[in-house]
Parts: sequence; C-alpha cells; structure tokens
Amino acid sequence: MTHDAGWGATPGPDPVPGLLARDLDRGFAEVVRRHRDLLYSVSRTFTPSPADAEDLAAEALLRAYRALCGYSAQRIEALAVRPWLLTILRNTARNRARDAARRPAPPPRFEPVVDDPSHEPGPAEQAERGDLQRTLRAALAALPEVQRIAVVLRHVQGLPTSEVAHVLGCKEGTAKSHVSRGLARLRDVLGDQAEPVPRAPGPLVPAHPNAPGGRHR
Amino acid sequence: MSTPPTGTRLTGALENTADAHNTATAASHTSGASAGAGLPALLAGLADPAPRGLDDRVFTRWAIAPSRVGEVRVAFTTAGAQFVRPVADLDDDAFVAAYRRRFARPLRPAARVPAGVAPSLRGRAGARPALDLDAGTAFERDVLAAARRIPPGQVRPYGWVAREAGRPGAVRAAGSVLARNPLPLLVPCHRVVRADGDLGAYLFGTDRKADLLRAEGADPERLAELARAGVHYLASDTTGIVCFPTCRDARRITPAHRHGFASVADARNAGYRPCRTCRPAVDAA
Repeated sequence: MTHDAGWGATPGPDPVPGLLARDLDRGFAEVVRRHRDLLYSVSRTFTPSPADAEDLAAEALLRAYRALCGYSAQRIEALAVRPWLLTILRNTARNRARDAARRPAPPPRFEPVVDDPSHEPGPAEQAERGDLQRTLRAALAALPEVQRIAVVLRHVQGLPTSEVAHVLGCKEGTAKSHVSRGLARLRDVLGDQAEPVPRAPGPLVPAHPNAPGGRHR
Repeated sequence: MSTPPTGTRLTGALENTADAHNTATAASHTSGASAGAGLPALLAGLADPAPRGLDDRVFTRWAIAPSRVGEVRVAFTTAGAQFVRPVADLDDDAFVAAYRRRFARPLRPAARVPAGVAPSLRGRAGARPALDLDAGTAFERDVLAAARRIPPGQVRPYGWVAREAGRPGAVRAAGSVLARNPLPLLVPCHRVVRADGDLGAYLFGTDRKADLLRAEGADPERLAELARAGVHYLASDTTGIVCFPTCRDARRITPAHRHGFASVADARNAGYRPCRTCRPAVDAA
C-alpha cells in the first residue's frame, strides 16, 4: 500500500470532519474542493449527459450538506467523508432514476460534445478519441452499479484498492474482484477498440493512474 | 496529464495488466498485451475535472453592501439575490446560521454583490436586479412579486397585495410573507401598509419604515390624516377615476376636483371607475 501515501485512507486522520464540526460552511467548502472531481466522474457514469451529471453531483452535495446540518458534532467527527459522499451520490442517482421513470421523458436536448480541453490532440485524433471515449462511457454505463463504481474509483480516479473497498463497504478481495470483473466486461464490449495503443506515446496514454504526482492534487 | 509517460512506467503498466488479462490465443497474445495497457489508460482519460459551474450550483455567496438602512449582508445565487439582512442586526455567524435555517445551503464569501443589487439597495428606482425567489412557495413568490410592483413613494394595503397575488382572502397570510421578506429593500415591503392608515409593522421597525417612505416622497402623516377622516381613496371628477391616495395620478388632482371615498364601492356608486394603474379594485367593466 505504498501508493496510499499522501492521499487517502490511511495516512493520518482526515482533517475535514474536525473542520466541519467547528465551522460547517468552511468545512463543507473543503469537502467540495477535495471531492468534487471524484463525485463528478462517478456522476458521469450514471448519466450520458454532462449537464445531467453536473445536476446529479450538485444535488448530491446539497443533500450531503443538509444531512450535515442535522448531525451532532460527534457524528460529524466520526465521518468517513469519501464513502459517505459516494453513498449519498448513489442514493441520489437512484432517486432521480426512479423519479425520471415516473415522468414522461423530456424532448432530447441538443448538447455539444465537449472533450476534455486539458490536452490538445489534433482534430483527427480528437475525433477518434472522442468516439472511443463515448463507446467506453457507454460500456461503463452498462456495467452493474457496484462494478462500475469499483472500476471508476480504481482506474478513472486511481484510488488504491483498499480505498475502493472502504467506499464500497466490502473486503479488499471483493473490491478487487469487482474491478477485474468490470474490466473484463469492458474488454468484451470494446474488443479491438480498447487497443489502439502506443502509436506514439501521445495523449492516448496518460500517466498510469497510480503514478505519484499524477492527475490528483 | 499531457506529459508523456516514461518508458519504465509504460512497461510497468503493460506487465501489470497483461497478467490480469488472460491471454486467450497465441494470435491475440501480442495485441492482447497492448489492449490490456489500453483499457486502464483509456479509463484514466475519462477523469474529467468537475465543471467550474458545479461550485456555484452548490454554494450561495454573500457580500456586504451599503443600503438605505445601513450596511447589509446580501446572499446571492447565480439566479440572483436571495437574502438580505442588516449588518447591525446579525454578525457573520448569525447571518450564516439564519441563512442555513431558512435555505439549508452552504454559504461562502464573495468580493461583491451582483450587478444591480447595490444601486437598488441604495434606492435607485430604475435598478431591477435579478432575484432568486425559488426557495419560497408559489404564494410567497406571488406576494413578493406583487410588492415589488409598487412604485417608490406609493403605498398599498395588505389586502391589495393578497389580491394581486391571486388570493384576495389571504390578507393575513400575505402579511406573514412580507413580515419575513427575505429581500427587504429589493422587494419594497415597506410600501405595504395597513388599510386603516397605520403604517403597520416592518422588519427593521416602524420608524425606519416611515423614514424610507418619506425619503421616497410619500407623506405618511397626511395618509394617516386622510384615514382618520375616513378617506382611503381619492377620485377626480374631471377623469371620473378613483385611485389610492399615493397613486401618481391621484397626486395630480387639484383640490377643487378631488373627492374622498371610504371604499371603492362608494366611489363606483358615485360614478367613478377604479384606476388601471394603481388598481384599487379589479375593474368590473
């Protein structure tokens, strides 16, 4: 568990619950700062549209805040923030799906496909990459929820398996098997598409998710 | 993210997933290894940062601004101003707590209030800043919207607000909504008064209510005087129209042509029709 160092489960107690207990609003700003990217990434696997994913993440965060308003200081200080947030996100997504099933579908809305602007491949590459990403997102969305979340936490967000297990509330071995079964299914769906690898070690091959000092701040 | 991975790291990724991915056939072996490396890398590429707008959807911001009743704290969302309270009444923590009790959303400080809010707080008549009234019920929104339509220097009774909000019977309920007006000054609840000529209560006290009205050119003492004389409406025999006494049109009536009435019904019986600007009653015709 060497890659745990610096962020996450084990090293030192999380300072956020203490901050939340002292000053709810400032503590919550810190919660959002630390976890918004993770929540958004997971939200994106619940819904195909980026705008809906933003809605979902915002609603989950507001629910989290409302829950905190009713918690005792003791309960807040004992909080494991990341698993708690993800549980709220999953419940929120479930509620929204249930509500949406009761309502007639709205007319499809136009939404420009925006790719991550942080790296700038050429137009052709961008188009190809966009297609592949869409296919991958669709395949991911089709996974059973627990496998999907396990894969996103482990490989999209690069959390260590121990933390994935913590978030899912299961043993580490179980988490590992959720991840590998999820990956296997993705490979089945994607087939050859999952492989257009190192033509050049360009933007298609970002740093390994566990690389220290990688995408995570 | 844009830095190309080092050779060793890439090799590590290849080995890492090659054994997770059981190589099925000899033919797919070579490509199988690269497919293995491709998938986690592709997945890592899906990690897009949360859009900038997310924070604004979650947090309401607040800032201090000068106003006609001294400095006020203003809480605002992307939709507009949502909550205004005087600095003198509540300190930072009390303001945050009051906001939390009422709106159940997190607050964080901002540098300044949104465009249009400051002039409106200072009393500029033309400023119409965007307001966020989403947290209220439909009735609350309707009451506040009606109060917002009262021009500076004019007053309307609570019954008028209830009627304009679509529930003529809910006079007391309309009064309760105004009593806890989230946006005093921006929604000019100080322009709503009792039907008997008394100014009625105000969030910041009746004295301030009178001061605000005087500063806008209304004359609370004269209104009280008229009310004591049983006059709640003024009519002009040149136009045949009956108005609230503070209506712009009523203030132009010369004394020779001015007639006071206790009710719109009396005025109607005398042949006057209600003004379409200040709407003392819904026009029957």
